[in-house]
Parts: sequence; C-alpha cells; structure tokens
Amino acid sequence: MNTNILLELLENNARLTTQDLADILHEDEALIKSEIQQLEKEKIICGYHTVINYNKALKNEKVMAFIEVDCTPQRHKGYDKTAMKIANYPEIDTMYLLSGDCDFLCLVQGKTMFEVARFVSDKIACVEDVRATKTLFVLKQYKQNGIVMKDEEDVESTRLVVTP
Amino acid sequence: MKPLSKTIENLKPSGIRKFFDLASTMDNVISFGVGEPDFDTPWHICENAVYSMSEGKTHYTANRGLLELRKLIAEFHRIRYDQHYNPENEILVTVGGSEAIDLAMRAMINPGDEVITMDPNYVAYTPAIEMAGGIPVIIPLEEKSEFKLTPEALKNAITDKTKAILINFPSNPTGGVMTYEDYEKLVPIIEESGIYVVSDEIYAELTFDGEFASLAQFPSIRDQIVVINGFSKAFAMTGWRLGYVMSNPNLSAAMTKIHQYIIMSAPTPAQYAALEAMTDGLSDVSHMRNEYMNRRNLLVSRLNRMGLKTNMPHGTFYVFPNISQTGLTSEEFCNRLVEEQRVACVPGTAFGEKGEGFMRMSYACSMDNIIEGCDRIEAFLASLEQKQEENPSNRS
Repeated sequence: MNTNILLELLENNARLTTQDLADILHEDEALIKSEIQQLEKEKIICGYHTVINYNKALKNEKVMAFIEVDCTPQRHKGYDKTAMKIANYPEIDTMYLLSGDCDFLCLVQGKTMFEVARFVSDKIACVEDVRATKTLFVLKQYKQNGIVMKDEEDVESTRLVVTP
Repeated sequence: MKPLSKTIENLKPSGIRKFFDLASTMDNVISFGVGEPDFDTPWHICENAVYSMSEGKTHYTANRGLLELRKLIAEFHRIRYDQHYNPENEILVTVGGSEAIDLAMRAMINPGDEVITMDPNYVAYTPAIEMAGGIPVIIPLEEKSEFKLTPEALKNAITDKTKAILINFPSNPTGGVMTYEDYEKLVPIIEESGIYVVSDEIYAELTFDGEFASLAQFPSIRDQIVVINGFSKAFAMTGWRLGYVMSNPNLSAAMTKIHQYIIMSAPTPAQYAALEAMTDGLSDVSHMRNEYMNRRNLLVSRLNRMGLKTNMPHGTFYVFPNISQTGLTSEEFCNRLVEEQRVACVPGTAFGEKGEGFMRMSYACSMDNIIEGCDRIEAFLASLEQKQEENPSNRS
C-alpha cells in the first residue's frame, strides 16, 4: 500500500470512510483499517481536525496571536527542553523552532487580547531560559491549511451543469 | 424570409443540449455531466495574463500565434511525446481545439470526400465533417475491445473516397486509450491508403497507468498526421479558449490561411497565460492528474460494486458505465436519474447510436460529490429493483 497517498488523502479530507479509501487505493478495507491504526499508534497520524474560518465563527470570542520567543539553548539539550516546557501549555496551538531572529514561533489562541497578553507575560516570559517574547496579534486570517478563507458564502457555481 | 443554409438546417441538434435543458432547471443537482476540469486555472497562469495586459500586450499577435509560445509548444511535444514539429511553419495557435478541428476539416475536404470517425465520439466531430462538405463514415467502437480502434475496422471503412480519419484518444466519452502497440498495427494501413489522420489529443496529459502514445510518433506516416491539442483540459484553462494544431507545412499553411481570415489571431492574453502554463505549469498538471486518478478509482469501484459494469478508463476524466442490465434505455435511465435523484449523467446516445446502453460520467467534480452522487445512484437502482419486484411483467 502507498502510505504517502493514504496520508495525503486523509490530510485533505479526514471524512473519507475506510471503504472510500479502499476504493481509491484498490486495497482491502480491512488492510486500510489496520494501516490507519498503525499510523495512529506510531503518532504519524496525530489527530483529525476541521478547518474553521474564525473570521466568521466566534469572531468576538476568539483571538489568535503569534508569539516570537527568544531563548538560551542548554548544553546537551539544545532547545528541546525549553520547547517542551512551552509546548505543554494547552493555550499553545502550534509551535516551531525557526532559523533567523527569533527561536520559537508559537500560535496562541485565547478569548480576549488581555487573556493572551497575560498568558504570555505570566507564563511564557517566565519559563526558564526564555530571554524575550514578542506578541503579534492576528487581525484577519486569509488562508489556513491550504484553504483560502472566504468572507462571502459560496455563490452558486458558475459552471454549466452539463457540457460536451 | 429566405431559407437558411441547408447544411446547417440538416445538422442534428446536440443530444447534450436536450439533457442540459432538463438538468439546468433543477436544484441540488450532483452533476457528473461536466466536460471540463473542476479546478480553477492555476493562479500563476492567470497572474501572467493580467500582467501581460498591464504591460500593454493587448494587440493582435502573428496569425500563427506568438513565436515564443510556438517554440515552447514544439519543445514540450518533442520532450514529452517524441513528436517533432517546426514552430515556424508547422504549428498554429487556435481558439481552442474546436477551431483546430474545424480548420483541419475545411483545409482538406472537397465536396463528397469521406471522413471516417468513431461512434461513440465527441459531439462536434460529425458536424465538423458535414459543415466542411464531407461525408461522415462511422466506425462503431466496442466495449469488449475497450473502445479502441482496431486495424480490421479501419481497413473495412477505407474506400477510394476516404480523405481522412478523425480520432480522439484518450477518448471523450469512453475514456478509452490507444497504446503504442495498438497504433503500430494501424500504421501500414494508414501508410498504404495515404489518408490523413486528424488526431485530437486534447486529453493526452490525462493519460493514466501508462505512457501516452500518438500516431505522430511513427516517422513513416508523420506527414499524414494532424495533431490537435490545447490548454483546456491539461491546465484547467477551458474558458481561455486556446488550442493548437500541428501538421506538415503545406497543410499548416492552408489552415493558417483560413485562420487569418476568420480569426486573425488567438486572444493575446490567453497566449500569455499559455506561455506561463508551458513554462511553469507542469507540476499543476501532475497534481491534477493524481487527483483525477484517485477519483476515478473511487468512482469505478463504486459503480462496479453497485452492479453497473464499468471498464477502468486509462485516460480523460470520464467513465462510461454500462447501464443496459437495468432494462432502461440510456435516455430513460439518465432522465429518471436526474428527476428522481437529482444526479446528472449524460446519456451515451448523445455521443452516437453505439452509446445506447451506456452513460457518460465526468469525475471532474469533488470527491464529496462523487460519494454523494454514488449514494444517490445506488438508491435509484434499489428503487428500480423494487418497482420490478412489485411489477414483474415490466422486467425486460
């Protein structure tokens, strides 16, 4: 079985059933089931998410911010130990180690700007070896996971229903 | 009022038109009836057209099209398909593959000449032959030979009056393809008879499970072959209306003569979009091809499982399931399917008499639509079965 194609299919549409996946990949459904279980066990598949346009939903109840974090790496441990201290906060949605001016880039979600600001100053800035933080609030989201966020509802498709 | 052209009045109305009129009045239709990619044109291609306009490139181009574009087309076909054409005098950029079909027919047909074509075939071929004053001669294609053109059928169709044969592989509507080995068997017949072959290769890039093959790859008959291709299907550029035709210099000059009188030159912004497509668009094509293959696999598996026998098509974005065991004609089946379940598929008979017993389904639609559409077709088949059980005398 081509695991990469299986992963790609699920990444694009996690709602495909195991039977759909079996049809697409020309495999036995039972084999697909066991492959997915294995991928979940190995933490290659880490979850199934829905892409939500927060410009439209919960727009008064949710703010997002990118937090740039500078830290001092530790001997033998590098960045990983500090990173885990930060990543374990449930407020942190996504986190990367970067090259360039800052070390970590974290995406944080909160209910209000005040809540996010307090989380950064009270929690992240106080983590051992963190030297500085910079908070960048998201004003509007244009694209997420390859999907362009549209303000207006889908207008009736302009494609003809039947063509030669 | 004076009468209109007899030729035009005698043309059969398109079978697709009738079905379009029915389906387009309904809401919540899942359509498998669309013969164009569902992908939008890749953004970088659109952007290059916009940029070209802002740079003032809004005038006519050379009649044959931008030389820069013709060079890229020549290079693309040389590397990808082993087809060799001179951009200076053997390539002509047209308004879609459709214009190219018309030009080829008009450039070669004298009144009374016979032109062979297939059944089932794309709806425009027979009218194109008739409008140019030719007489269409039909070769029926068979499901059992995967809708391929066989040497026997070709040999039997050729007469002293045959001027050309018009072929289309990968094929709309059947999804059938011809391999190099399939074509090899036709070469001696074509060479001996001296007929032209107009080969509409618009779906070449959408060839799955193997290499695309073309009669233009055989040097001994190369000058008899007219290759038609374009940007619509491969690059999702149907609305840009841009195609091209490649042939020997003599025929190419004749087609250019017609083109310069009726068209002048293909739309300039579309040509700049095409430049970008040829330069940087191949990864888009490969992405779309993979997506089509996944959808094809899903659709063919589901259709066969629900009892509609379907060949695995090796090209295009069409499948051609056999619906004859339901006892309904293609038209009855498709009409009732859209009326009862709001699923639009095109009756096989829209593509010729041999399409009876089949329907064409395009999988140029989202995976979700394919799944929902198949659920509805299953429900339709179940309701047919139930009605037959209640009323066994109707069973045919």
